[in-house]
Amino acid sequence: MTRNTLFGGAYAIAFFTFLFGPLVIMVITAFNSSRFPRVVPWECFTTGWFGELLGNARLMDGLLNSVIIGLGVVALAVPIGLAGALALSELPARLRAMLYTVLILPILIPGVVLGISTIVLWGQISRGLGVGALYNGFFLTIVGQITFVSAYAMLVFIARLQRFDATQTEAALDLGATPGQAFRKILLPFMAPAIGSAAFITLLASFENYNTTVFTVLSESTFTTALASKVRHGTDPSLSALAVIIITITLVGALTNEAYQRRKAAQAGGPSARSPLYANPITQALTHPGVVFAILVTVIAGLSYAGSRHDSSVCEAAVLQDKMARQEALRAAQQEKIEAQQAQENTLPKSNSAFGGAFGGLGGSTPAPEPVAPKPASPSAFGGAFGGIAPPQSDD
Amino acid sequence: MPDRSVLLDHVSIRFGNFTAVDNANLKINSGEFFSFLGPSGCGKTTMLRCISGFSEPTEGRVLIGGKDMAGVGPNKRPTALIFQHLALFPLMTVAENIAFPLEVRGASKKERRKKADELLDMIALPGIGDKKVSELSGGQKQRVAIARALAVEPDILLLDEPLSALDLKLRQHMRTELRAIQKQVGVTFIYITHDQGEALTMSDRVAVMSRGVIEQVGEPDLIYNRPRSAFVASFVGENNGLQGVIKGQSGEVAALETPMGTFEARVGGGRKYKPGEEAILFVRPEQLTPGASTNRFEATLTRQEFEGATNHVFARSADTELRISMVNAGLAGSPLGQGENLSLGFAPMNATILPVGHMASEA
Repeated sequence: MTRNTLFGGAYAIAFFTFLFGPLVIMVITAFNSSRFPRVVPWECFTTGWFGELLGNARLMDGLLNSVIIGLGVVALAVPIGLAGALALSELPARLRAMLYTVLILPILIPGVVLGISTIVLWGQISRGLGVGALYNGFFLTIVGQITFVSAYAMLVFIARLQRFDATQTEAALDLGATPGQAFRKILLPFMAPAIGSAAFITLLASFENYNTTVFTVLSESTFTTALASKVRHGTDPSLSALAVIIITITLVGALTNEAYQRRKAAQAGGPSARSPLYANPITQALTHPGVVFAILVTVIAGLSYAGSRHDSSVCEAAVLQDKMARQEALRAAQQEKIEAQQAQENTLPKSNSAFGGAFGGLGGSTPAPEPVAPKPASPSAFGGAFGGIAPPQSDD
Repeated sequence: MPDRSVLLDHVSIRFGNFTAVDNANLKINSGEFFSFLGPSGCGKTTMLRCISGFSEPTEGRVLIGGKDMAGVGPNKRPTALIFQHLALFPLMTVAENIAFPLEVRGASKKERRKKADELLDMIALPGIGDKKVSELSGGQKQRVAIARALAVEPDILLLDEPLSALDLKLRQHMRTELRAIQKQVGVTFIYITHDQGEALTMSDRVAVMSRGVIEQVGEPDLIYNRPRSAFVASFVGENNGLQGVIKGQSGEVAALETPMGTFEARVGGGRKYKPGEEAILFVRPEQLTPGASTNRFEATLTRQEFEGATNHVFARSADTELRISMVNAGLAGSPLGQGENLSLGFAPMNATILPVGHMASEA
């Protein structure tokens, strides 16, 4: 029994570490002034990476493009998905199974294929029609993403439609409603929650898509493609700052939604109705989703303001000073070593071995030997990481 | 007074090879409470959907108030349908449900509320307009559905077994209530049911259907006392069927030779039989009495089912199981014992001879 609980506890800890560990590390690195995202050695607490992120024009342009494309995809994929789901619900069983497979296929096809086929098809069309405007990164990306994103929306709608009682529509018709009125007044209100979740899912699917977008976006870039190309050129903690922002938005959304759900359950008289939180008028007001949202936003705004006022330049200068001093010390030690070596060399006889210059370091005729110290830091991605040592000065 | 009649003019409804309604031909009068009675699958719901406009007849015409309804959709017909499961709109309040027909016709909010309150008064549920549908009890939902259908101000109200989901007590109460509402509003009610109790107690006239065919149309007592087919005789109420061969006929009465003996009975549907023809004699359990002087026979009591006012007695005679209803004579009467010999008889006018046909249990 106790062994089981012990094992269970350990497993839970391991599981959550696996799940959330990377996020925690990432959040910490966002506030470390080190040029490479890392937790140790801790240099200085800084909020500078947020500024660097917001100052990155390529990322910010990509973000705007992503929002435009995302809204376009939502506006088109949601109605298409709803229409598909409605069509499926009206068809006889055998035809339905076939059409379902056809409509779901784009989800199963690799995004790369969809992306390439989208450019090929629309390239042909725009050349054929002589309309160059069709061959445009925004248009192609929206069209390309819709091919599979609308299938996601359709799945959401199918699930909801299965719970719809078709006699409701018949009743509305019988009571004098036109088919349009029956749709607007009976079916749409019933589908409203599904429309909300479909819009959310399609927006996220569009926003985070890479495989298809990287082809269809042509010379433009979305947030995701801009991010990918930035990572290719080396990462820095401004990406951690981005992760902090995304995690914060998610948390605010989740907490507000949780407050809303609990309140709804309490109003419906569920088990949470008995919670003392809903008995007291003050705590009841405090747990209103609107209030929860407002409090969270205020706290975040306050933290952001405080963060924007934080100046880590003194600390960073100190760290830099420290680094320089260490570097100087290292260089001095190295110099000493070399001198000691040269002195030793002069006391040894000349070698006539066949290996001559091969072991050049020992040959007196060779020029000043290369330093034994680490190779000079190249401007690599790991620059700062292994840095702290400037290229050696010319030895003599 | 508007013409609220329905005329089914040789209506047939087919789905592929399957005939759901076969040549229905009848007139439902203005202001009548008319029931279609039949076992499930007999085509009565198909008939209802055809009258309300959800399907069109394959052959024949449906006329409402003298007008041909071909091509007129359900939202354009002067009918309102109460669905089996009511189909109240769960996302709307009670008042919004009732006023829905006015809403889709563009009535103002005030007008809608006024009408909803009026109808709520009529169904004796004032003040529940702002409740959600889910907060209502079964009987309240039932009445709200009726109010919503009446808000259309229909000429014809169609009811598709709306009481089947209620418990027995409430069902009996709603029967009286439905009848009262119908008398009050004067609308033609067309009621679909498989429950003969409902059909017989509420209706002015009943149409008994089986396998898509209307077997008989008439007042409830005629349906019960003068069945015109073996199906009607066996489906409506309990009946004993004795198969035999016709010996002869004189006027309304014929003699039938059965394994239990030769009996005389009224000929159903005014038919003429030739001697030697096969036929069935139907006699109701309550018509078999020890006191009757005609058509007498002997039987052995096999078992009894006591049900308060009535004692259902089962007896065998010449390998035929008979059902006999006896009025409970109370403590003054002498109790019947197992295996007792009964001497019974029935009056020729209280039994019907009908041609051989399919029976209710085979439907």
